[in-house]
Amino acid sequence: MTAVLPLTVKENSNSGIWSWLTTVDHKKIGTLYGISGVIFFILAGAEALLIRTQLAAPNGTIISANVYNQLFTMHALMMIFLGVMPMGAAFFNWLVPLMIGARDVAFPRLNALSFWTFLSGGLLLTSSWLFGEAPDVGWFAYAPLTEKAYTIGKAMDFYAAGLILLGVASTIASLNFVVTIINMRAPGMTWFRMPVFVWMIFVVAWLLILSLPVLTIGLVQIYFDRNFATNFFNPTGGGDPLLWQHLFWIFGHPEVYVLILPSMGIVSEVLPTFAKKPIFGYSAIVFAGLSIAVLGFAVWSHHMFTTGLGPVPSIVFSASTMAIGVPTGVKIFNWLATLWGGSIRFTTANLFSIGFIALFTIGGISGVMHASPPIDTQQQDTYFIVAHIHYVLFGGAVFGIFSGFYYWWPKFFGRFLDEKLGKINFWLFFIGMNLTFFPMHFLGVQGMPRRIYRYDTDLGWDMWNQVASIGSYMLAVGMIVFLYAVWKAYKTEPNAPDNPWDAPTLEWATSSPPPEHDFDVIPVVHDRDPLWYNRDNNIVQEQVTDEHIHMPPPSYYPLLLSIGLLVGGIGLLTTLIISFVGVLLVFYAIWGWVLEPTS
Amino acid sequence: MSQEAHSVTGIDSRKLLMWIFLASDCLFFGALISTYLIFKDNIPNPPYPTDRIVNGEFFHGLLNIPLTSVSTFVLLMSSVAMVLAVYGAQNNNLKMMKGWLLSTIVLGIAFLLFQVYEFRHFLHEGLGLSTNQFGASFYLMTGFHGVHVGIGVIILISLLFGSFRRNSLGSDTGFHIETAGLYWHFVDIVWIVIFTLVYLMPY
Repeated sequence: MTAVLPLTVKENSNSGIWSWLTTVDHKKIGTLYGISGVIFFILAGAEALLIRTQLAAPNGTIISANVYNQLFTMHALMMIFLGVMPMGAAFFNWLVPLMIGARDVAFPRLNALSFWTFLSGGLLLTSSWLFGEAPDVGWFAYAPLTEKAYTIGKAMDFYAAGLILLGVASTIASLNFVVTIINMRAPGMTWFRMPVFVWMIFVVAWLLILSLPVLTIGLVQIYFDRNFATNFFNPTGGGDPLLWQHLFWIFGHPEVYVLILPSMGIVSEVLPTFAKKPIFGYSAIVFAGLSIAVLGFAVWSHHMFTTGLGPVPSIVFSASTMAIGVPTGVKIFNWLATLWGGSIRFTTANLFSIGFIALFTIGGISGVMHASPPIDTQQQDTYFIVAHIHYVLFGGAVFGIFSGFYYWWPKFFGRFLDEKLGKINFWLFFIGMNLTFFPMHFLGVQGMPRRIYRYDTDLGWDMWNQVASIGSYMLAVGMIVFLYAVWKAYKTEPNAPDNPWDAPTLEWATSSPPPEHDFDVIPVVHDRDPLWYNRDNNIVQEQVTDEHIHMPPPSYYPLLLSIGLLVGGIGLLTTLIISFVGVLLVFYAIWGWVLEPTS
Repeated sequence: MSQEAHSVTGIDSRKLLMWIFLASDCLFFGALISTYLIFKDNIPNPPYPTDRIVNGEFFHGLLNIPLTSVSTFVLLMSSVAMVLAVYGAQNNNLKMMKGWLLSTIVLGIAFLLFQVYEFRHFLHEGLGLSTNQFGASFYLMTGFHGVHVGIGVIILISLLFGSFRRNSLGSDTGFHIETAGLYWHFVDIVWIVIFTLVYLMPY
C-alpha cells in the first residue's frame, strides 16, 4: 500500500533541531535512541580496544593499572546501559506500535521523557571520564570497595547518580510499553496473534519494572554510605557487603535477560521471513519467554556461589539456573525448526540471525556449565566467564541487533543497507568475535584472572591473548564497514517498497518510511501472520480514509523535566542546593506538562 | 487525551499505568523494608529500636508503639476520607468531593507532622542517620515513605485547586481523583506493612 497522506492530518514541522528536541513521535524517539546507542556502543568498543591493545602482549605498558580499572568498568557500564539497552529501545520504540497496529504509544510525552532522561543519565555517567573520576571498581561495584575509605573521589557518586537516572528512564519506558501493549492493539490483534518480538518486549518491560527499584535502593544506600556516613555496606561499621551483592544481582540477573530478549524477538521475526515459513512453535516460544521472566528472578545468587552462601542456597540457585536453560533451549530448537525445510534466503539480516543461534548456543552452554557451584568456583573471576558473557552479549544480543538493523533499515528510512557491505560486516563480526572470545575459554581454563592489567610472559597466555586482540581489531573494522554502509544508504534516494522481504508482520503494511501517523487506516488483524494471511486470501487493505487523524502535538516539557533531573543528579555530585534547583525545575516542568493541551 | 479511545481492555491507560507503577513501587519498599529487617538483630551500638539488655546494661527502646498507633490511625482515616472523596466525584457531588478531599489532605499532613515529631524525638535521643544500622535503615525507609505521602498531598492539593478553578467536575476530574486515590491507598497499605513489621512484631 502506498502512503496517501490524508489532507486532514495535522502536520507538525518535521525537520530542524527543535522538532527533534520536542518530538513525541515514537519513530523519531526510536531513531534518537538508535543514534545515541550506536555512538555509546562505539565509545564502549573503543574502550575495549584499548584493553585488548594493552593485553595483546605480556607486560603491556600502554595504560596504567588505574586507567585499566576505569576502562573495564566503563566498558561494561556503557555497553550494557548506554549501548545495548538503548539499541534495543530503538527497536521497540520503532516497532511495537507498528507491529500491534497503533498510531503511537499510550503516552507519547512520557516516551520522550524516557529518552531524554536516558541521555541525561548517559552523559552524567560518561562525563566522569572528563574529570578523571570514572568508576573503577567493576560494573557490579562490590562493597566495601565502593565505600568512601576505598574510593576517595567522586567516581562512585557518578556511578550512583548516573545509574539512578538511567533506571528512572528505563522504568518510565517500560511502564509506557506495558500499557501500550495491553491497551493499544489493533482490532483482531489478540494476545496470541502478537508478534514474538512484541511478546519479548512485554517480558523485558516487566523485568525492568520489577527489578530496577531494587537497584535504585542499593544505589541510594551506596550514596548514603559515601555522603552521609551511614554503614549499610561497610563491614567495619557493622554493615553487610553481601547485602549489596543481593540487591545488585536481584536487578543484575533479570538485566541479563533485558539485554538478550529483544534480540531473541528480532531473530524470531527475521527467521520466518527469510525461511518463508511461519515461526515454529509460536506458543512454545512465547511461554518460554514468560517462564524466563519468572525464573529470571530466581537465579540471582548464582553470581554469588563463591561468597559462601551455604549448601542449601547453592543447590537451590544451581537448580533454578539449570532450569532456566530449558526455556532458552526450547527457543533454540524452535528457531532451528523454523529454518528446517524452509526456502532460506541468505540475506545479511538472516546471516546475523543464524549467527545469533550458533553463538548464543555456545554462550548458553558455557552458562549452564557454571550453574554448577563446584565448577563455578573454579571459573569465577577467570577469562572463562568473560568468554561466556561475550558469547551471549556480543554473539547474542549484538548479533540480534545488527540483524534488526539490516532487516528493518528499509522500513525505518526507506533505504536498504548495502547487502555486499553487509555480508563483509557479518563475516568480519563473525570471525572477529570468535577470534576474540573463543580463546578466552582456553585462557580462563589456564587460570588467567579477569581484570588484570598485565601478565607475565612465562604463564603461557601470550598466544591466545594475541589472537584475541587481533580478533578485536577485526570487530572494529567490521563496525567501520557498517558505518560506511549506513553512510552509503544515507546518500542514496529512498527506494524501498512497503514490504521488500515479503514479511508477515504489520509494520510492513504501511509505507517505508511510515507516515507520521503510522497507518492511514488502522489495520484489522485476522491471523498471527497478518500480511501472509491477507496475501493468501486476497484481502486488500482499505486505501481511502476520511477520518480525521489526530496526532499529539510536540512538547518541550519532557526535555525540560529531564534537564531538571540532570541538574538534580549534578547536585548529588556537588552540593545539594543544585539538587534543589533541579527539583524546582522538575516541578515547573510537571506543572506545564499537566496543563498543556494535548489536542 | 487521545489514549482513552484506544483501550483494548476497557481500562483507561492512565489508570493501568498507575497500577503497574504501584507494582514497581512494591519492590522499592520491599528492598527498603528488607534492609531494615536484615539489620534489626545486628545493631552494633545503641540506641536500639526496642528495650534491650546488652552486657548487663539496660537500654530503652526508641520505638513508641502507642504514639505511632495514633499516627497510623490518622493515616487509615485519611484513606476513608479518600474513598468518600472518590465517591463524591463519581456521583457528581462536588461539595462532598471537595470536603473529603480537604479532609484527606489535612489527615495526610497530620501524619507527616507525627513523623517530623518522631524524627526529632529520635534525633534528640541520640539516633542520627549514621549512628548505627537502625538509624540508617529506619530513616531511609520511613523517610521514603514520608516523601511518598508528601507527593500524595501535593497531588491532592493540586486536584483540589483544580476543582475550585473549574468549579465543576469536568469530564476527567472524577477519574483523576480515583487514580490519585489508588496511589494514596497504596502508600497507606505500605505504612500498614511497615507498622506491622517494624513496630508491632516482637523481637
